[in-house]
Amino acid sequence: MTRRALPYLGFTVVALYCLAPFYWMVVSAFRRPQDQFDNAPVPLQWSMENFNAVFSGDNGFGRALLNSIVVAGVTTVLTLVIGTFTAYALARLDFRFKNAVLGIIVATSMFPGISQLVPLLKLFTEITWINTYQAMVLPSLGFALPLSVWLLTTFFRQLPFELEQAAMVDGCTRGQAFRKIIVPLAAPGVFTTAILTFIAAWNEFLIALSMVNKKEMQTATVAISKFTGVSGFDQPFGTQMAAGVVVTVPLIVVVLVFQRRIVAGLTAGGVK
Amino acid sequence: MLLSPTLLVLGLVIGYPVLAGFRESLFTKGQGLDADGFVVEGERFVGLDNYTAIFSGERADAFWNAFSNTTLFTVTTVLLETVLGVGMALIMNQAFRGRALVRASILVPWAIPTAISGLLWRWIFQADGAANALLRQQILWTADGFPARLAVIIAEVWKTSPFIGLLVLAGLQMIPREVHEAAQVDGAGPVQRFCRITLPLVRPALLVAVLFRMLDVLRMFDLPAVLIGVNQRSVETLTMISWFEASNLRYGSAAAYATVLFVYIALIAYLFVKLLGADIIGAARQRTRRPRAVRGKRTGKAAA
Repeated sequence: MTRRALPYLGFTVVALYCLAPFYWMVVSAFRRPQDQFDNAPVPLQWSMENFNAVFSGDNGFGRALLNSIVVAGVTTVLTLVIGTFTAYALARLDFRFKNAVLGIIVATSMFPGISQLVPLLKLFTEITWINTYQAMVLPSLGFALPLSVWLLTTFFRQLPFELEQAAMVDGCTRGQAFRKIIVPLAAPGVFTTAILTFIAAWNEFLIALSMVNKKEMQTATVAISKFTGVSGFDQPFGTQMAAGVVVTVPLIVVVLVFQRRIVAGLTAGGVK
Repeated sequence: MLLSPTLLVLGLVIGYPVLAGFRESLFTKGQGLDADGFVVEGERFVGLDNYTAIFSGERADAFWNAFSNTTLFTVTTVLLETVLGVGMALIMNQAFRGRALVRASILVPWAIPTAISGLLWRWIFQADGAANALLRQQILWTADGFPARLAVIIAEVWKTSPFIGLLVLAGLQMIPREVHEAAQVDGAGPVQRFCRITLPLVRPALLVAVLFRMLDVLRMFDLPAVLIGVNQRSVETLTMISWFEASNLRYGSAAAYATVLFVYIALIAYLFVKLLGADIIGAARQRTRRPRAVRGKRTGKAAA
């Protein structure tokens, strides 16, 4: 009996450990502001007041959400377009220094963000790019590209080379074979890469915090961390938790819907 | 040809800054008197002064504090994450109903943006927040000193141990059941089987996961910055101290800190790969035209 109950106990512990803090955020968001410091596991009275506070007033949260979507979206699209070509070359074509190139690309993903930040900050100040989208997108590309090139290379390698050869025997050029055979077949892999890149760009904080000092250009993560309360000094935790729910829940829904793919993508690099 | 866009972007966004950053670290900004007694503004070449200032000047204390914080966070969080992650993976590897549910739930901490999880834990660690209510203690977590460090470690471990758990789980699922059965027939107990079979076989997956986590913690910024705040002695990391310098327009010294961190990370990555033989790019380095059957098994199936 205990032997059979044991795995379930383990499951429960793991699920609780992962979900309890998140649950606390959701519950705190639905509390009335006056019950803020109440520690009951369920709100005394459910209320949307915190959510209203997020979108009203001078938080500019709607704009921040839009900024986040623009920055993360553009980063994702550009990363995919550039990364697909590179990954295709690395997976299919034979040329000298191929391993060296791949090694360099992977190694760059390990560089600390701060060592890019200082010179870029200076450069962007000189060319007056501070408070622009490109000042956030371009550095994000640098972080997103290595990861996506790696993932896409792994995905392309899994496609049988014979398919392209067959297409080329039938008269396709290499470009056509790539466009008509490889791209449709690789779509799941590309899609997985897109999700992972988008999440990484969406969660970015250091660059967005440094490259922007105008409120209208802040991304959501930065905006939330800078919310100010009515009384000025107090940190408006209820509002912040509500904003956190707004930013996080769509992400979590996407992650849960595509969890199989995301797990496959996360482990593609790490496991042989 | 096809590689050029990627290399261009990486060169521009990563290669250039690393070099420019190094150059920057040899300069200082501000006013000074030149040889004739005139006031000069702008950048001045100071050689290694920024570095000597880091290691031995009046700020040396702050540097060694940040250095030891960074190292402390790296060692503690990666150790805890590995233990918890392997534990999670072992639990999830049991064939039971509801496994999909648990696997979904461990993706939740991973999906929450770090800055948001910083806020979430700041809320939990409030003086009259959930953590103190649960422990029936009055600890000022977010104020300073040891509790602040502990808070950062707890929050970081919560957010990232699922990542190690997932990678290790994928490794576990590739171990054929027969190996365990054979060992069982030969009389190996559960502990022995774990140490002699499971651990050596998931070692490659685990090493890569640990390496990634280490490099990530070494450059930690968001979490301590949001959870405790910048320029707080107790949790200041190397990235934070460099960011603080940069935000005060002391680019030279900021770049020097960043370069030191860069060298530190490169050194650790090198040692890790050399000593433990973590084969990071091995998966991607294999010959282009290998038999399909081997390659297909490598990724998608294992995780499904």
